Amino acid sequence: MAEDTPLERLGDAVAGLPGVTGTSIQLGELTARASRDGLVALMTMLRDDPRFAFEQMMDLAGVDWPERADRFDVVYNLLSVSLNQRLRVIVTTDAETPVASIHEVWPAATWWEREAWDLYGIIFSGQPDLRRILTDYGFEGHPLRKDFPLTGYIEVRYDEDRKAVVYEPVKLTQDFRNFDFLSPWEAMTTLPGDEKVQTERAKG
Amino acid sequence: MDEIATRTVEIDSHSINFGPQHPAAHGVLRLILELDGEIVERADPHIGLLHRGTEKLIEHKTYMQAVPYFDRLDYVSPMCEEHAFALAVEKLLGIAPPDRGQWIRVLFAEITRVLNHLLNLTTYALDVGAITPALWGFEEREKLMEFHEAASGARLHANYFRPGGVSKDLPAGLTDRIGEWAETFPKFMDDLETLLTGNRIWKQRTVDIGVFSAEQALAWGFSGPPLRASGVPWDLRRSQPYDKYAEVEFNIPVARNGDCYDRYLVRLAEIRESLKIIRQCLAKMKPGPVKVEDRKFSPPGRSEMKRSMEALIHHFKLYTEGYHVPAGSTYSVVETPKGEFGVYLVADGTNKPYRCKIRSTGFAFLQAVDVMAKRHMLADVCAIIGSLDIVFGEIDR
Repeated sequence: MAEDTPLERLGDAVAGLPGVTGTSIQLGELTARASRDGLVALMTMLRDDPRFAFEQMMDLAGVDWPERADRFDVVYNLLSVSLNQRLRVIVTTDAETPVASIHEVWPAATWWEREAWDLYGIIFSGQPDLRRILTDYGFEGHPLRKDFPLTGYIEVRYDEDRKAVVYEPVKLTQDFRNFDFLSPWEAMTTLPGDEKVQTERAKG
Repeated sequence: MDEIATRTVEIDSHSINFGPQHPAAHGVLRLILELDGEIVERADPHIGLLHRGTEKLIEHKTYMQAVPYFDRLDYVSPMCEEHAFALAVEKLLGIAPPDRGQWIRVLFAEITRVLNHLLNLTTYALDVGAITPALWGFEEREKLMEFHEAASGARLHANYFRPGGVSKDLPAGLTDRIGEWAETFPKFMDDLETLLTGNRIWKQRTVDIGVFSAEQALAWGFSGPPLRASGVPWDLRRSQPYDKYAEVEFNIPVARNGDCYDRYLVRLAEIRESLKIIRQCLAKMKPGPVKVEDRKFSPPGRSEMKRSMEALIHHFKLYTEGYHVPAGSTYSVVETPKGEFGVYLVADGTNKPYRCKIRSTGFAFLQAVDVMAKRHMLADVCAIIGSLDIVFGEIDR
């Protein structure tokens, strides 16, 4: 059997942690799926255990999969500057179930959790400052959800007569055009009968 | 004997609104400051005034149409932002640009770094009261903008780094002009340094202001010059090299104190290191293709389209449907002038990104302003914000 790469060894170590339900390596990046319970303990261990030493949480992203029961992915991208390694931790949740806040593990998480709340409506329990962050004061809805329209519901303009900024429902003078370029017959990367391209690409 | 008269003076704390149109707010930062006299007790940044929904818009665009949005994030270092997206898409597609394309990207990433640091250092000095550096620096920036324009056709919003390489080759003579500039520029840097580095007003305003320890900087998600100023020798160009960064030699400036002055010094030294990289790029660059030759990803040349039906079809398909990216996800990062800039890209096998999370650098910096400015004077807030290199295009997205 071939020698394990450092990434595979890290993956095996992470897979043994409590709360981790599975790990995978894709494109040279390690992803761990974790359960919501015990997330804070898991993150604390990832930060403090010298095998992992993830001193930094660089990014927290929400991803919306509306067809799933647990529709949201919460994606944490961790970085260890001392061991030069990265790890992606993914937990899932729905619109009602809160995910434990990790702002006590990495204080930097606060704003990213606020952002995920603002854009996706993901609730973080234990986060004392769960205000909206990017959208307007008094905004309603969570704009990055897949069921939120690109044009939104409200538009803002300055009204010369009233000498004030007014909020109005969006009026589209032209219907929103969502061009469907997806061809029903083929996709440019995998053409049936176009194996020549694939083999030449493999040759480089 | 009279009793000693005592008098209680009440200095009530009050809050003021700093911005959103304050010249030292570097854009549209609204900072609610709770003050005790002139001492800052709490800083609450309100961001999002420049929120344009970039991530949502990208989900509705093909991969090629998404590139220009990255110019408009950090509009001070546009090409570096494109770089992150290009790397993410290339990773998912499994393609790599040819050598010359990679060298051009490194060259222009470093030119962009000089461009960004010149703007930051000089406007930072402007916030603190020194006007001359900005006047000098902008003149020098104009030369670099001309290089941008010569390569991409645009001074600011370049749309130059594409998945698979760069959009077109450099025009004839541009490398010579960059080489000439790289010869004369160190003299300018020496002049700029005489204005600030030893200047006692500058030092009074920045030394020991906004001190951040290495532990704090790590916990708050810092990267780039502010992290290195706190004493952590971490640079993605060295530790996780991309494109041709593994083949160039440069030093990573690191400072020890983590104050505003150190952040200035680190950036100053980085400009000189960037010059080294620019010279190496010019020396090592060889003629050749600048983007992948696979017509499924990069459009054919105009002249080819006049003769080849295949080329015409490819062109048409690329600019309508675009290429499909295999399902998968990646978090690709680059060391932009500000620090770690990442793109978390989720592809679902279609021609549009399913999710494109932009990890903006300044987001983490701005969040820490509250901690950094605590118990500082009101005027120091300007120095702290200047030293963190805040640009709202990327923070608000």
